[in-house]
Amino acid sequence: MDNPPPVNAPELQRTPLFDAHVRLGGQMVEFAGWHMPVQYQGRGLVAEHLATRSAVGLFDVSHMGEIIVQGPGAEAEVNRLVSNDVSKLGDGDACYALLCHAHGGTVDDLYVYRLEADRFLLVVNASNAAKDFAHMVQNARHPGIFANRSGDFAQIAVQGPNAARLLRRVAPGEAIGLPRNRVRVHAFDGGDLLVATTGYTGESGFEIYCAPDQAERLWFALLDAGADLGVSPVGLGARDTLRLEMGYPLYGNELDDHTNGYEARVGWAMRPKKAGGFIGSDPLLQVLAQGPARKLVGLELTDRGVPRAEYPVLHQGQPVGKVTSGTHSPSLKKPVALAYVPADLSAPGTPLAIDVRGQPKAAVVVPFPFVTPLPSNPLD
Amino acid sequence: MAIPSNLRYTHDHEWARDEGDGTCTVGVTDFAQENLGGVVYVELPAVGTAVKAGARFGTVESTKSVSELYAPVAGRVVAVNEALQGEPELVNSDAFGQGWMVRIQVEAADALAGLMDGTGYEAHVAAAAH
Repeated sequence: MDNPPPVNAPELQRTPLFDAHVRLGGQMVEFAGWHMPVQYQGRGLVAEHLATRSAVGLFDVSHMGEIIVQGPGAEAEVNRLVSNDVSKLGDGDACYALLCHAHGGTVDDLYVYRLEADRFLLVVNASNAAKDFAHMVQNARHPGIFANRSGDFAQIAVQGPNAARLLRRVAPGEAIGLPRNRVRVHAFDGGDLLVATTGYTGESGFEIYCAPDQAERLWFALLDAGADLGVSPVGLGARDTLRLEMGYPLYGNELDDHTNGYEARVGWAMRPKKAGGFIGSDPLLQVLAQGPARKLVGLELTDRGVPRAEYPVLHQGQPVGKVTSGTHSPSLKKPVALAYVPADLSAPGTPLAIDVRGQPKAAVVVPFPFVTPLPSNPLD
Repeated sequence: MAIPSNLRYTHDHEWARDEGDGTCTVGVTDFAQENLGGVVYVELPAVGTAVKAGARFGTVESTKSVSELYAPVAGRVVAVNEALQGEPELVNSDAFGQGWMVRIQVEAADALAGLMDGTGYEAHVAAAAH
């Protein structure tokens, strides 16, 4: 077997939960310049994945980047930069959006939270935080209102049908029971938490932003309070398979500087016709009018094997596209993949093949998402 | 984590057991299966395939990753564990037993002596973990 990569790289950053992961048996790997747990000993990716789908999972996502935009004109600035229509958000509302290049390619995907009028929290991918901040400052009319505050926030995601029950025991407050894409302040242990009804697993649940020195107390409070609710810490491995089962794009796999949101099937987060448009909206309007030449699809392998990123997708023996993410779905117990294919081969039911290390394996286009999450369990 | 003392080990976390009849049975270690996570697919060579020491002879796939299998010794494959086609999770539940992968007719009688013993492998794993 190939040796696991070395983990004792001192140049890697540590989240405030590093010690907690080590204590819980986290298998630490390098991810985007950070030491992160890929899975936990005695649990493992599949168990962690299934615990999130059936009960509740805890994720350390403190590596994510946080950018605060605050001051007069903040809303207009954010709205010029991101693809979704931020002017539709009220205080305490949130939306998913893309940050686009002038040519329509994607700088990053992000979450936009309107905390108050003219105070926004933008949450971006760890690997892109510096690039995103530079892009924002370069393109802003008032760059002084942007601040990269990534070091001031830890983030814990609580995801799954028992998430609301669990959070109510530890940090009750207004966000519990709200629909998706809201954010509220809850009290915890003498401090404030920003509790958002967002996440990237497909499950109902929360993403909680807190001060770094609160993170460990909150993490263990959630673990301790959730024992009878089936709570499990969840590593990056299951975070990836959970989002893959939903068909959610991951920057670096399904999205990059030369891929647009229509190709990646997040057209629902694109508002190129909004008043004033946004950086990149002109070329994206053309894509919208003509339809993208290639599209992200879900593929299910009907042969044995496991598809992985970069494997060629074949149509009648000829390469027509590439797998961007692939795994053996823990929920479906089947091999599944996300892949870019020409638009005319993207309809569900289209028979294709995936070249798995030289062997063509039969596959078929299936609709997103691969799985339908359970509803949130009622509060007791 | 189990490291049976009657087996020989490679740096790539395969084990080999001398069957005393010129063949050895090969699998991956407990350390390997724990790092892989849930094994979902094992690709093994056909019976009769010649293998070279240190060369790839198969692939083990988990939900998390794909990993190559390297032959501990040179020889010819005389049996493969067909049960892994239907139950690849045997690699996780019984890495040193029902999770075995291939049996190799060893080319050089003393080939296994060149591999690590349990004590050596334990030190190798301890080094890999730090």
